[in-house]
Amino acid sequence: MPLLPVILWTDALIYLLLAAVAGFVWYVRRHEHLRAPWWRVAQTPAAMSALVVLALFIAIGLLDSVHFRLALPAAPAMQADRTASRDVAYAVDVKSMLDVLLSSIANRPERTYSAPLATHAYAKETVELPGAGGAPGKQVRAYPRLKYGGAHLRDPERDWQADVVLTGFRGVALALPLWLLASLALVAACTPAERVASRDFWHAVWGGKTAVPWRAILITLALLALLGVPVILLSANYHVLGTDKVGLDVLYLSLKSVRTALVIGTLTTLVMLPFSVLLGIMAGYLRGAVDDLIQYFYTTLNSIPGVLLIAAAVLVLQVYIETHPDVFPTSAQRADFRLLWLCIILGITSWTGLCRLLRGETLKLRELEYVQAAQAFGVSEWRIMLRHILPNVMHIVLISVVMDFSGLVLAEAVLSYVGVGVDPSMISFGTMINAARLEMGREPMVWWSLASAFAFMLALVLAANLFADAVRDAFDPRVRVGVRKLRFAMASGEA
Amino acid sequence: MYAYIVRRAVYAVFILVGVNLITFALFFKVNTPDDIARLQLGVKYVTPEAIAKWKTERGYDKPLLYNAAAAGRHKFTDTIYFEKSVEMFRFNFGRSDDGRDIAYEISSRMWPSLALAVPVFLVGMLLQITFALMMAFFRATNIDFWGVVLCVLMMSISGLFYIIGGQYLISKLWNLVPISGYAAGFDALKFLALPVVVGVIGGIGSGARWYRTIFLEEVGKDYVRTARAKGLSEVVVFFRHVLRNAMIPILTGAVVTIPLLFMGSLVAESFFGIPGLGSYTIEAIQSQDFAVVRSMVFIGSVLYILGLLLTDISYTLVDPRVRFD
Repeated sequence: MPLLPVILWTDALIYLLLAAVAGFVWYVRRHEHLRAPWWRVAQTPAAMSALVVLALFIAIGLLDSVHFRLALPAAPAMQADRTASRDVAYAVDVKSMLDVLLSSIANRPERTYSAPLATHAYAKETVELPGAGGAPGKQVRAYPRLKYGGAHLRDPERDWQADVVLTGFRGVALALPLWLLASLALVAACTPAERVASRDFWHAVWGGKTAVPWRAILITLALLALLGVPVILLSANYHVLGTDKVGLDVLYLSLKSVRTALVIGTLTTLVMLPFSVLLGIMAGYLRGAVDDLIQYFYTTLNSIPGVLLIAAAVLVLQVYIETHPDVFPTSAQRADFRLLWLCIILGITSWTGLCRLLRGETLKLRELEYVQAAQAFGVSEWRIMLRHILPNVMHIVLISVVMDFSGLVLAEAVLSYVGVGVDPSMISFGTMINAARLEMGREPMVWWSLASAFAFMLALVLAANLFADAVRDAFDPRVRVGVRKLRFAMASGEA
Repeated sequence: MYAYIVRRAVYAVFILVGVNLITFALFFKVNTPDDIARLQLGVKYVTPEAIAKWKTERGYDKPLLYNAAAAGRHKFTDTIYFEKSVEMFRFNFGRSDDGRDIAYEISSRMWPSLALAVPVFLVGMLLQITFALMMAFFRATNIDFWGVVLCVLMMSISGLFYIIGGQYLISKLWNLVPISGYAAGFDALKFLALPVVVGVIGGIGSGARWYRTIFLEEVGKDYVRTARAKGLSEVVVFFRHVLRNAMIPILTGAVVTIPLLFMGSLVAESFFGIPGLGSYTIEAIQSQDFAVVRSMVFIGSVLYILGLLLTDISYTLVDPRVRFD
């Protein structure tokens, strides 16, 4: 086998999350009362457009979560020996599927900064002009040509503009048929064949009269295609978003950051979810001493300022890593463990809100007739909590998971700035912004790293916010009322 | 009611002890003083003698929780945990790694923090409420719709972008105020103007949207229908009845954050070079100064618990329906 699969901690958790989502979808499809709110989400144009964008980000993140180590080409002298013992040497660095797909832009490092689509470097360097007849040339200060960016142009001053515009047009021309094919395939896959074939159906689509807002979805897809295909074509010869300080392609960095953001946004809530659900329901249902203890526990945790608790925990991990170097053999494993640790700590600081909400809702539910009926039948407490309470608070859990996502993505950038975010060697929006921030004072300004990081973050967070809003509206407006009532309960001394 | 407040205050002390235990576990149990000493001294100078000296200087040369060698009650009091905790509760934080008195630093850095945090809080809340009122008053019209769109958009932009964009636009391009720095007295105004504006803009999106939902919830209540049935105009209904009732959740919700204003803002202060508690904390985190971080965690918790206490009290003051038993 030419490669050795590597499963990092966060990869394993992502696969687990995927399995959980698949199980959830299967469960929802078989239950009418659960299908109904999702159907309402599917009818919201903004949410479906956001979902298309999110799906793209998730696809990038998933590709980036399949890790492996490539086999090294065996040295010829050793080859006979190797094949005999079936012993293959693997590269030290861990690659992902996305790295392989993007290898064309990932492996073209320039020396340092260069602007988007540039052909020449950002800073002047001393360049030796070729001297006549083998004589040593004159040395001048000039902007040197980039090694890869626009390398195919013979005379960049003359050809550059035409080449960029032409490639852009070719991209647009290619994007349109691709989009048509993709949208036909998508619509056909999601609706019965006889309706797709009919003309009335397409009239309804363009009039915005279908139940599922196909028009919004198709327009979003068109925009993505019009943006994406030209970028793909241009990136063959240029650094579309420029390069950073050590000459890495900013587009590559931005795409790699997506996984970090998604991991923080999803795994953080996932790792603490069992605790907050279990403790919240127990506190609300069992009341008494258990309730007091759990409340004391989460008030205490809540009292510690979040950023400082995270900082303390990350400092602790740093000291641990520095004093126990043998536990983490490779830097990728170290960075990955730090990411997981950050998720856990962020989870610890944020699970208390959900726990409190669940406790309040359970306090209400336990007085309802069906719970009392179950009690009268002698159903055990644990069984009531599992069978009767849990399914009826799941909408709160779902809403809180989707609502937390965007805040966590934004928090990552701030934490990396403070110096307690992800490992400095891990590519993330936070580390990108942090590195670019130091170059603010330069003249002319190095703006492209910052702009790319912020633009990608905005797209991701905006999509997540729009989707989360639709989910919240569809699932329950009562949640907000729940918060208010709970505050009253706490204030009035019930707590 | 006084009995209730006393009860809550006693509860607050217990929470503080819990916070103290957690931070102690984080800072001393997971990383023993030996680990910290090794890290602080640097790889070159690590000898058993140097570590012992470092620990003695800082009072870390004792057992963590239980001193078997001591006699009587000194078994518990002659330990790192007890000594450090008692000093904490007396607000005596000791010295930072560069030898400065932490309590003095905190008391002098508190003022710049407040000078930034208080205007951001007041102006920000005023603007958020105004914006939310406008959206709620023109609910279900285009103003409301595009207002919400704007809010969601502003919420989705990273806070760092507002800071960096503000510095670039206002300080660098337009040259209106200095990019960063701080001065005492009235000179502080020109340094504080930009951070305050950025802070206010950064908070408007989520704040206005949240207040809008509170107003809308209030608008749907029965007493509003009654007021309309009496023949009151929509403006009177909205500003005399809805606004005043909606202020109850808004004010009591804001009370919990007031004490935390002392802590300052971590990111804004260090970006704008304001020598407040936020930038102090960041510097301590980055130089791995455990004594300072531990003190800040303690102060932050005290302030949060104070905020909870104030919230409880404020309920009784603004809403006569709330009774305590």
